[in-house]
Amino acid sequence: MSTVVLLALTGLGLAALYFLIASGLSLVFGLAGVLNFAHGLFLSVGAYAAWTVSESWGAIPAILLGVAVAATTGALVELVLIRPLYTRHTEQVLVTVGLSLAGVALLQSVWGADARVFPRPAWASSVVNIAGAQVPADRFLLIGAAVLVLLGLLAFLRFTRYGLVIRAGVENRDMVSALGIDVRNAFTLVFAIGGALAGLAGILAGMYFSSISPGQGASLLIFAFIVVVIGGLGSVTGAFAAAVAVGLLQQFVNYYGTAGAGDVSVVALLAAVLLLRPAGLAGKAAPA
Amino acid sequence: MKSSSVPTTSPAASPAASSPSPPSVTPPGRLRRLAPLLALLVAVVLPWSTLRLPGLFEGPLNSPGTLQLLAVCLVFAGLALGYDLLFGRAGLLSFGHALYVAAGAYGVDILVSHYGWRLWPTVAVTVLAAAVLAALLGAVALRTSGIAFSMVTLAFAQVGHIVINRDPGGLTGGEEGLPLSSAGLPAMFTGVVNTVNLYWLALAFLTVVVVTVHTIDRAPLGRTLTGLRDDERRIAVLGLSPYRLKLLAFVLAGTLAGLGGATYALVVGGASPHIASSELTLSLIVMAVLGGAGTRWGAVVGGFLYAYLDQRLARLGGSLPGPFGEPLFVLGTLFILAVYFAPGGLASLSSRLEPLRRALRPRPAPDAI
Repeated sequence: MSTVVLLALTGLGLAALYFLIASGLSLVFGLAGVLNFAHGLFLSVGAYAAWTVSESWGAIPAILLGVAVAATTGALVELVLIRPLYTRHTEQVLVTVGLSLAGVALLQSVWGADARVFPRPAWASSVVNIAGAQVPADRFLLIGAAVLVLLGLLAFLRFTRYGLVIRAGVENRDMVSALGIDVRNAFTLVFAIGGALAGLAGILAGMYFSSISPGQGASLLIFAFIVVVIGGLGSVTGAFAAAVAVGLLQQFVNYYGTAGAGDVSVVALLAAVLLLRPAGLAGKAAPA
Repeated sequence: MKSSSVPTTSPAASPAASSPSPPSVTPPGRLRRLAPLLALLVAVVLPWSTLRLPGLFEGPLNSPGTLQLLAVCLVFAGLALGYDLLFGRAGLLSFGHALYVAAGAYGVDILVSHYGWRLWPTVAVTVLAAAVLAALLGAVALRTSGIAFSMVTLAFAQVGHIVINRDPGGLTGGEEGLPLSSAGLPAMFTGVVNTVNLYWLALAFLTVVVVTVHTIDRAPLGRTLTGLRDDERRIAVLGLSPYRLKLLAFVLAGTLAGLGGATYALVVGGASPHIASSELTLSLIVMAVLGGAGTRWGAVVGGFLYAYLDQRLARLGGSLPGPFGEPLFVLGTLFILAVYFAPGGLASLSSRLEPLRRALRPRPAPDAI
């Protein structure tokens, strides 16, 4: 029983990371139609920014700075690189591919290719006893952050004017522009939100794995892509459900099956979902 | 929405690149047709030259180091053109091409090193296996289209990468990679003295890919694939099955990738997990786009240059300041610049510069008309 509890909470912690990355990706894709390969870069930028100041500033200011830097990076990438290629989706994907290659190399040249130990606050490394299982406290931090982000995003999308524009834009971008609303400001906003969430995910991943490396973003990104596709492009709640499914499946199969079987089963889940429900759980058709 | 799967070269760009000046056909036209053959001839006899090109290569042209570097460049030129059959011709943005390259490389490596198979049957079996793998996975992945197709291929390739890294049964050597045991190889491919044979092998691979892809280009199949890229519905209306055509292109590209992987394993003497990673696929995309996706020679030139720069910059790494020591930083930045400022890649440069050249050319006389 205690093993199951520990596995479930660890899987949910992983799911929280996937959700933080995937929700931004999903919004960016749903609204702007950009498959953002540079999302992993936002994650690493946030993590390294927080890592740099965490010694001198303490944990909370470091997290805030990391999130702010990642959000700024996201907004800048949209303004400088993505916007000039408006409606040319393949070129936009290619630019983010180039950016992910160059950006990771840039981080490597500054901080080195090796993993750095990420300091975590004392309360995050303590252990909580639940139903006989010794669960590290940082799992609750991850899960709590993901739930807060989910509620915050849903409230933002539901109750604010910009949230309305974004929801309408995901539904039908051309109609929103035709109604005289400049949808491009919403693009920048979505990139900034995605960047901020990715930065937060990077910092929390640093605590979860207790180390950060320039390539970390890219390896998490692939599973986040899978979560986005399973959840349905453009849907935040779909991404949340898919993240929980993927995180739990991966953790349990990896423990009870052979090494690596969990990762393979996630891909099998993706194939199954795509064959049975090509538009994903949330059911918004992916534009061809 | 429709344009999301159309690669960088717009349909209008490719004819423009091939015929910038319609009237001059005879002498430059024939030269143009002979140029690839001449280039092949030069490439074949190159190992007999002791020419030194300081700055470009470290030793004379026929030194083993230089020949190996050139062989890797040739392999990547072939891989990039094979990928361009999918991306530039058929408009399928696959993020999982590395899987078939890795299948070829690890297939040859495992069968020769672990099971002591002889080389040529191994290559035949491996390439066939890569084709079957591409057929099976392609059949699933092609049920989706657009971005979902890219994602599914990426996920499949990622499974391959994970499996290779986990070293199942001690077969793949895990993160260390698996060196190719020289015991099972013919004598002509072992030893530093015989690097020249590896160079010719790589050249032969590139020739096979070029002949295959260019034959497809000229055949009705090539035109159908381009049609698929530009408007899938139109092909369907003509009574052809887009799904089968795309699957055919996917399998052909996978087979060429398997052959390339096998050649690569021979040239560098083993396989490492890097060739199964998504970065390899991304770099193939970069090569195709840098050179000019969908053009006759763009991907070949792009692949050759990319592999050359990648290896040379890694060698020079220490002596360059800051981020310029990282090959991927330089190549990634070049790539972004190319997407903005030379959307047709290197292949489009000549037609792009044509107005400039025309403006600079002195006019013989004021127009009489």
